[in-house]
Amino acid sequence: MTKSIFRDGDVIAGALTAALGTYITVTAARWDVMGPEGPGPGFFPVGYGIALIILSLILIFQRFTAARHTEEDRPFDWAGFRRAAITWVAFTASTALMPTLGFYISFGLLTLFLGLFVFEKPVKSALTAGVLSAVGFYLVFDMALDVSLPAGMLGF
Amino acid sequence: MDIFAGLAHGFSVALMPSNLLWCLVGCFLGTIVGILPGLGPAATIAMLLPMTYSMSPTSGIIMLTGIYYGAKYGGSTTSILLNMPGESSSVVTCIDGYQMARKGRAGAALGIAAIASFIAGSFGIIALSVMAPPIAVFALSFSSPEYFALMALGLALVVLLAGDSLVKGLIALLVGLWLTSIGTDLFTSQSRFTFGQTSLLSGLDFMIVAIGVFAITEVLSSISDQEETQVLPVPKGFRNLLPNWEELKACRFAFANGSIVGFIIGVLPGAGASIASFISYGIERAFSRHPEKFGTGVPEGVAAPEGANNADTGGALIPLLTLGIPGGGTTAILLSALVLWGVKPGPLMMTESPDVFWGLVASLYIGNVMLLILNLPMVPLFAQILRIPVYILHPLIFGVSVIGAYSVAGRVFDILMLAGFGALGFAMARLKFPVAPLVLGFVLGDAMERALRQSLMMSQGDLSILISRPISAGMLIFAVGVLFLPLLPRFRRLKEAAS
Repeated sequence: MTKSIFRDGDVIAGALTAALGTYITVTAARWDVMGPEGPGPGFFPVGYGIALIILSLILIFQRFTAARHTEEDRPFDWAGFRRAAITWVAFTASTALMPTLGFYISFGLLTLFLGLFVFEKPVKSALTAGVLSAVGFYLVFDMALDVSLPAGMLGF
Repeated sequence: MDIFAGLAHGFSVALMPSNLLWCLVGCFLGTIVGILPGLGPAATIAMLLPMTYSMSPTSGIIMLTGIYYGAKYGGSTTSILLNMPGESSSVVTCIDGYQMARKGRAGAALGIAAIASFIAGSFGIIALSVMAPPIAVFALSFSSPEYFALMALGLALVVLLAGDSLVKGLIALLVGLWLTSIGTDLFTSQSRFTFGQTSLLSGLDFMIVAIGVFAITEVLSSISDQEETQVLPVPKGFRNLLPNWEELKACRFAFANGSIVGFIIGVLPGAGASIASFISYGIERAFSRHPEKFGTGVPEGVAAPEGANNADTGGALIPLLTLGIPGGGTTAILLSALVLWGVKPGPLMMTESPDVFWGLVASLYIGNVMLLILNLPMVPLFAQILRIPVYILHPLIFGVSVIGAYSVAGRVFDILMLAGFGALGFAMARLKFPVAPLVLGFVLGDAMERALRQSLMMSQGDLSILISRPISAGMLIFAVGVLFLPLLPRFRRLKEAAS
C-alpha cells in the first residue's frame, strides 16, 4: 500500500505543484517584493507561490490520511490514456512538421494517422477523410476566408 | 439612459440586418455545439474568437453569446435521444428525458425542453435588463481596494463551487494566477517567468490557454473515453414534437421554478448552469405530488432543469457586464473577447459602449425566439449531426483550434504552446482538477494584481486599506467565510466525536 500511495495521482500532482510553488517563490523573492513606493513585481507571485506550496502539501496529506480508509480507487484506464497520448503526440508532431510541410499537408497526415491508428478505420476511409478534410480546410480558410496559415516548402 | 430607452436603442442595433445574421449564426452554431457531445461552448467560442477580430464588437459579442446560450438549447437533444448530455448543464435532463424517449415520447420531451428553455430564458433576459443598470450604478463607487476584494470574492465563490475538492480548485486557481504573471511586469518592466524565451516576454495569450484547456482537452478526453452511442429515433412531423395538454399542465410550476432558480444561481459566480439544473430538479421533485415517478419519464423532470440552465444565462451576464467579473469558463472567454475588441466590461460599459451593452441584451430576446423556431421544427435535422463519425469530427476540431491559435500572432510556437495546454488540461481532467478556476485565475489575475498593487501604493504599503473600507472589508470577510464553509461539517464531526 505504501508503494501504491506514492504512485497515486493526487500525490504526484501535489508534489509537482509543490515544486512549482517553490520555483515561483524562490524566483519571485529575487525581485523587488516591497519597495518605498509600494509592492514590486515579486510581491504577488511570492504570495501565491507560498499558498501553492501549502495547498499542495495539504493535498498530499489528505491523500495519505484518506488512503487509510479507502482500499482502492477505480483502476486507471491505461488503454484510454494510451489512445489520448498517441493522439497528442501525433498532434504535436504534425505541428512540428508545419514549417516544413505546411498546414494543409500536416493536417491531412494527422487526420490520416488518427483514422488509421487511433480510430482503427480501413485505409480507404482514413485516406479519404485525410484528403477531403485538408482540401475542405484549404477551400474554406485559404480560398474563401483568406486566412494566413503556416506555409511549407511547397508554398502552401 | 433608462432601461426602456436603453432597450429601444438596443433593438435598433440588434435588428440591423448584419447583427440579425450574426445572431442567427451564433444560435445555429450554439445548437450544433450543444448537440455534439465532447464539444462545449467554451471550446467553440475560444476557437472562433480569433476569426471575429475583423467584426464589429457588437456583431462579435452577439454571435459569441448566441453560441453560449444556443448550446444550452442544443444540449437537451443528446440527453433525450442518447442518454448522453451534450453539455454538462443537460446532465439532469437525461434522467427523465431519456425515459420519455424510451416510452416513445421523444418528440414531446424535445418540445418541452425547447418551450421551457424559451420561457425561462426570456425570464432571465427580462431580469437582466431590469437589474443590470442599478448594479452598475452601485459599482461606480468602487476604487482599487473594492475591485481587488470583488475579484477575491468572485474567485472564492468559483473555487468553492467549481469542483468536488476545494484544495484542487484553489491549486488550479493559483496555477492560473502564475500563468498570467508570465511576461513583462506592467509597473516595472521586469520580465517574469519567461525562461529566457523572448516569445514569452509579451505574456501568454488568453486564446492559446483557452483553446488548449478547453478544445484540445475535450478532444483528448473524448478519444480516451471512447464510447459507443445509439441514437433513439425522433418522430417525424411538427405535431409530434408538441407536448399534449396534460404534459404542459404538469410542467406549469416547473417553468416558474426553472426560471427563478436558474436566474438566481446564474448571478452567483461559479455556480453555473449545471448546479442550477440540479437544484431546480431537486426542488421540483421535493414539491411534487408524485416524487416517486421522477426518473421514470415525467415531463416536469425535463422542464425544470432545462428551464434553469437557460435562465442561468441572463443571471451570468449580470456580473460579467456590470462588474467585469466572469462567473465561469465561458463567460471568462466572453470577457476576454470584449477586452480584445477594446470594450471594457464594468459599471461604465452602459454609458461608454451602449451599442454593445444594449445591443447584446436586445439580441438575447431575438436569439431566444430564433432558438425556439430553430429547435422545434429542426430537431430531426439536428439529430443527424450526431451521426458525424468521430474520426472526422475530432481532426476538424484540431484543425480549427490550430487556425485559432496561429491567427493570434502567426507563430508556430503558439501552436506548440496550444498542444502543451491541451496536455495540461487533459492531465487536470484525469486527476479531477477543475479547469474553470485556472481559466478564471488567468483572466482575473492580471487585473487583481494591478488592483492590489494600486491599493497598496495608495496606502504606502499598508495592507489595512483593504479592510478599513466598508465595502472591500465586507467582500473580503465574505470571501474568507465562503472558503471556510466546506470545513464546517468537519468541525461539527470533530465536536461530536469530542463530546
